[in-house]
Amino acid sequence: MSIDRETVRKVARLARIAMPDEKLDVYAPQIERIMGVVEQLGKVNTDGVEPLASVVENELSLRPDTVTDGNDAASVLSNAPETMEGYFVVPKVVE
Amino acid sequence: MKDDLSCLTIAQALDGLAKKDFTARELTERHIAAGQDAQSLNSYITQTPEIALQQAEESDKRRAAGKAGPIDGIPLAIKDLFCTKGTRTTAASKILHNFVPPYESTVTANLFRDGAVMLGKANLDEFAMGSSNTTSPFGNVLNPWRRRSAPDVPLVPGGSSGGSAAAVAARIAMGATGTDTGGSIRQPAAFCGISGIKPTYGRCSRWGVIAFASSLDQPGVFARSVEDCAILLQSCAGYDPKDSTSANRPVPDWRAALSSGKSVKGLKIGIPKEYRMDGMPADIAALWEKGTVWLKDAGAQIVDITLPHTEYALPTYYIVAPAECSSNLARYDGVRYGLRIEGRDLTDMYEKTRAEGFGAEVTRRIMIGTYVLSSGYYDAYYTKAQKVRRLIRNDFTAAFEQCDAILAPTAPSAAFGIGENQDDPVKMYLNDVFTIPASLAGLPGMSVPAGLDADGLPLGLQIIGKAWDEETVLRVAQEIERAACFTALPGMVSEKAA
Repeated sequence: MSIDRETVRKVARLARIAMPDEKLDVYAPQIERIMGVVEQLGKVNTDGVEPLASVVENELSLRPDTVTDGNDAASVLSNAPETMEGYFVVPKVVE
Repeated sequence: MKDDLSCLTIAQALDGLAKKDFTARELTERHIAAGQDAQSLNSYITQTPEIALQQAEESDKRRAAGKAGPIDGIPLAIKDLFCTKGTRTTAASKILHNFVPPYESTVTANLFRDGAVMLGKANLDEFAMGSSNTTSPFGNVLNPWRRRSAPDVPLVPGGSSGGSAAAVAARIAMGATGTDTGGSIRQPAAFCGISGIKPTYGRCSRWGVIAFASSLDQPGVFARSVEDCAILLQSCAGYDPKDSTSANRPVPDWRAALSSGKSVKGLKIGIPKEYRMDGMPADIAALWEKGTVWLKDAGAQIVDITLPHTEYALPTYYIVAPAECSSNLARYDGVRYGLRIEGRDLTDMYEKTRAEGFGAEVTRRIMIGTYVLSSGYYDAYYTKAQKVRRLIRNDFTAAFEQCDAILAPTAPSAAFGIGENQDDPVKMYLNDVFTIPASLAGLPGMSVPAGLDADGLPLGLQIIGKAWDEETVLRVAQEIERAACFTALPGMVSEKAA
C-alpha cells in the first residue's frame, strides 16, 4: 500500500487538520508504514464472521423520558472561546 | 522509612487513620511535601494542594463524627483525563489547555463519595495515545527507576498513564486512577514496579472520562499492592446510567475476597503459546517461567492454551482505536471549549485550531482513523478489523473453557530511555503487544511487579481473567505478589530514606 502526498492531503482535509506541504512529506511515510502493518489482516479468513463493534452484551436501554438536567446555559458556555448573548460565536458562515 | 507516611500502603494508612495514629491532614501534608521534592518527575500537570488539604480536613471531621468512608483521607493522583469539576482537565493536549469542566466524572465522584483526597491531575500521553508519556505538551514524565549500568539516563514511565504510575512508584501518591485502552494502565505499572488493574469493560463508568476509543477505554487504578488496587477499584466501580456501556451488575467485595484466605489451589492457569515471541528478552522469559512455578507451588494447575489470532491483535487495534479516535476527536473544533485559532472562515478556523492543538501522535491517529473510515476503505479496513476482533474474542472464550486465568508478561521490555523507540511509530506500538488482546476482548487484566531485570529495572507479570471475574485476577496477582516478595525501591526513594 503506497500512501502518497495527495492521499495525505485529502485525508487531512477530511479530518479538518491544516497540513502544509512539508508536513505531508513527514506523515506520508509514517502512515504508509502503519498501513503496511495493518495490511496483515488480509491474511485472516473472516468469511461468515460478524463484525464485533462492542464487547458489551446488554441491549441499550432507554432512559425515562423526563428532564433531569439543563437550564444551565452559563455552565455550557463557560469554556467557549467566544460567546454573545448566550450563544457560541463562530466566524460568519452565510455571506 | 517505616515511619514515613508516604511509604505506607493504603490498607496500612486506613488502619493508622482508624487508630488515630495520624490524621488525614498529616497524611496529605506528607504527600504534598513529597510531591514538591519530586517535581523533576513531572508527574502532575496540575497540582491541587489547596483542594487536597480542604478534603483532608473534611475527612478528619467525618472520621471524628464516625462517618468515615471506605477510603476516607487517602491521597490520590487523578489522571488528567478524568473531568474534575472546577479543576482544569487537559487530557495532556494543547487543544484543551484551558478546559475547566463544569461537571465531575463518575469515577472521581465515586472516589470522593468514599473519602478520597485529590493531590493533583497526573500527566499522560496526549489524549492517552502513547506508551511512553513522551507525547504530552506539558513535558515528559520521568520514571523514578534508573538502570544500574546507566543511572544518568532518564527512562520513560510507560504510558499512557505515565504520571499516575510514576507518582505512585515515587511515593508521592498512595494510589492513582488510570485509563487503559490498549495497555495504558498495565504497561506503565510494569515499567514503574507497581500494581495496576484494568477491570472488565463496563465495570467502571466512562462518563466524564475524555474519550479516545470508546469501545476499548476503561478506567482502572494503580497502587503499591494488590490489596490496595482492590480497595480503590471497589470505590471506582459500579453501574452508571450516564454511560450506556456501563454494566448493571453488583460490584463484589474484592478486598474481603482477598482476605478470605482462599488460595489459588485448584485454579487452572493458562499459558498462551503465542505469547512466546521471537526475541523476547531472556529476563522476561525467565520471569514468566518463575511465575508459573510460583503458581504451581501454590497449588494451581498450569495448562497450555492457544490464542491463535494473537499476532493480528496489534493490526486490529491500530484500525479500531484510530477509527474511534478520529470520530471522538472530531468534537475539538474551537467553538465550544478549548483552543481556538482564528481563520478566514469557519473551515479555516477548524483546520488551524486542530493543526495547532493536536500533537504529532494524535494527528497520526486521527489521519489513520479518517483514512480507514473513508469512502471506499471502510469495509476493507474497519469492517475487516471488527471481524478479526470477534475472532480474537472467540480465542479467549475458547481458552477460558480450559483455564480460569491467563498468565503472561505485561510488556516485551523493561522501561526504555526517553527518545528510544521514537524513530518509528510501529516500534512504539509493539510495547502493547501483550496487553492489546485483552483490551480488544474487553477482559480484566492486571500487572503485578514480579522481579528486576539484570539492570535493576522492574518487570511485571500480567494476569488476564474472564469477563467480570476480577476476583480471580486479584487472587492470582496476590499469589504472585506473595511469592515474588517484590520489595525493591526506585533509587530516588531508597536514597531519600538512607
